[in-house]
Amino acid sequence: MEDPSIKVSNISHSYGNVKALDDISFGVSRGELFGFIGPDGAGKTTLFHILATLLLPEKGTASVEGLDVVKDFKKIRKILGYMPGRFSLYMDLSVEENLWFYATIFGTTVEENYDQIREIYSQIEPFRKRRAGKLSGGMKQKLALCCALIHKPAILFLDEPTTGVDAVSRMEFWEMLRRLKESNITILVSTPYMDEASLCDRVALIQDGKIMKISTPAEVVSEYPNELWSVESKDIYRLLQDLQVYPGVKSVHAFGHAAHLACEKEALPANLLREYLACKGHEEIGISRIQPNIEDCFMELMINK
Amino acid sequence: MRRFAGFVIKEFYHIFRDYRTLLILFGMPAVQLLLFGYVITNEIKDARIAILDPSKDEVTRRITEKILSSGYFILEKNLSSYNEIGPAFREGKTTLVLVFGKNFAEKLGREGKADIQILGDASDPNTANILVNYASGIINNYLISINIEQVPLKIIPEVRMQYNPELKGVYMFVPGIMAMLLMLISALMTSLSITREKELGTMELLLVSPLRPIQIIVGKVIPYVALAFIDACIILGMGKFVFGVPIQGSIILLLAESILYISVALSLGILISSITSSQQVAMTLSLVALMLPTILLSGFIFPIENMPWILQWFCQIMPPKYFIIIIKSIMLKGNGLTYIWKETGILVLFTLAFILLSVKKFKIRLA
Repeated sequence: MEDPSIKVSNISHSYGNVKALDDISFGVSRGELFGFIGPDGAGKTTLFHILATLLLPEKGTASVEGLDVVKDFKKIRKILGYMPGRFSLYMDLSVEENLWFYATIFGTTVEENYDQIREIYSQIEPFRKRRAGKLSGGMKQKLALCCALIHKPAILFLDEPTTGVDAVSRMEFWEMLRRLKESNITILVSTPYMDEASLCDRVALIQDGKIMKISTPAEVVSEYPNELWSVESKDIYRLLQDLQVYPGVKSVHAFGHAAHLACEKEALPANLLREYLACKGHEEIGISRIQPNIEDCFMELMINK
Repeated sequence: MRRFAGFVIKEFYHIFRDYRTLLILFGMPAVQLLLFGYVITNEIKDARIAILDPSKDEVTRRITEKILSSGYFILEKNLSSYNEIGPAFREGKTTLVLVFGKNFAEKLGREGKADIQILGDASDPNTANILVNYASGIINNYLISINIEQVPLKIIPEVRMQYNPELKGVYMFVPGIMAMLLMLISALMTSLSITREKELGTMELLLVSPLRPIQIIVGKVIPYVALAFIDACIILGMGKFVFGVPIQGSIILLLAESILYISVALSLGILISSITSSQQVAMTLSLVALMLPTILLSGFIFPIENMPWILQWFCQIMPPKYFIIIIKSIMLKGNGLTYIWKETGILVLFTLAFILLSVKKFKIRLA
């Protein structure tokens, strides 16, 4: 990768005895939508704090747009759009006051850069007199994004922007990010929701401070080594237990109303499994072969770590 | 500069939106002053007194009259024997009992002395002490007045209480409350408003923004300087017009010193917020570390001279102490800067030290 927008080399950071980041390296090219996928406590926020110059890394170096996060932190802060995990809005200020404030402290005006946020802001503009504290989760998220974008940053850090937001708003939000990408902003986004991973250009799967895999979502899925089945039954809890002990099964996870069962390729004749489950007294059994999604891949990577 | 102005305007939005706090800010000085001025007072009026007078002659009657007409005492009952003294106290209303000796006037005339006993209810020692003093003072005055014709040589000290002739408690409370409230408002409010940003996570964005630490700090302080200044005016105004506390000296000097003191308190508030990260800790620290010492160790209520030396030494590092000296000096004695430059200088030093420390301690990063 030549002239990457973000470059992280061998970064480690710990809080006391807890290692939040363990020797992490990766690069993000300009204009890329890069996703950090991992559960809570994986180290995502720590990484964002380091890249946003809010935290000094214990070991390793990182640069944003060629600027060192330790030495050139003042310059980075000028070109950075940052949306922290808790939205960082003033709940007692109205929608337009929040926007005005962030525009002002970044040395610009709402009018000047209105183009940048028009599409997003138009959705919340009818509520511009409303206090931010009285907005729904989805609207807060849109307002926070507007505030992060108002000074036309070259690079955008979004730390769990979709946490605590309903499914429809989440999808809308990702749609907005896809469109933002067209204006060649580098976007680094973290999320605990695996289903959002497929919307990124590339993803890093992160767990316990380590990156397990960096790849495009399609590649991650195509490298899945197992055969995957979705098994349903009335009693999901007992189903999980029964599947666990079935010969040839590598792993079983609950996934919504079904169990996802991974096994070696060609190792599982479906009719035998159905008989086995019927013997165990399961009702309304459904078995079907499925394609793995990112979450399945994540689970597989976690087991093999 | 526009950034900075925007930041200050935002702070004012916060303050005016939170009208409950605003109400407390402006209501508190009035309520506190009224409370201290009227409720907590060392002056005692209408204390209940019981009198045991076996003589019932002209002198005892005159003394009784003097005491009852002084305004401090009301006659609860006349006692007829010693045995009634105990029950009178136990009933709880009577706080002082006056016992005349037998044949009072006759003895006084013949031997030149007579017996009189004053019994106080010392279950409340302060009140008892004050009442006993009042009563003996009245009796002494009476004796002096009847002695004038008889004894040619005597020394009568004429006492005048300079600067507060009526020994009014309010003269002491107005400066004290001012020192206390300005400290509370300034230190507590700024430390809360900075830690609130830390708690809400908005501090993260402020740090990432091009705002400089000094701009954030000063921007936080300015609105509270204004608020605290209004409070200072309320206290001074109420002191003058409700309680009649004079302002002998220059009012401009007084207000300028108030602003100086407000700056001390504000810089202390910033220091507190830069070493804490939650509103709760900041609040506890402000209250415990500032309020109690301000009340107890500033000489506001308890005289510093009577404290153990280690506490006296501790009092020297209490900014309110110097402010109380300054305002008392200006308000009551009418002194100018020449008399209080030392205290003023100490306050300036405090401010500089606190600000320097907080700017140094202010973190441009999260950890």
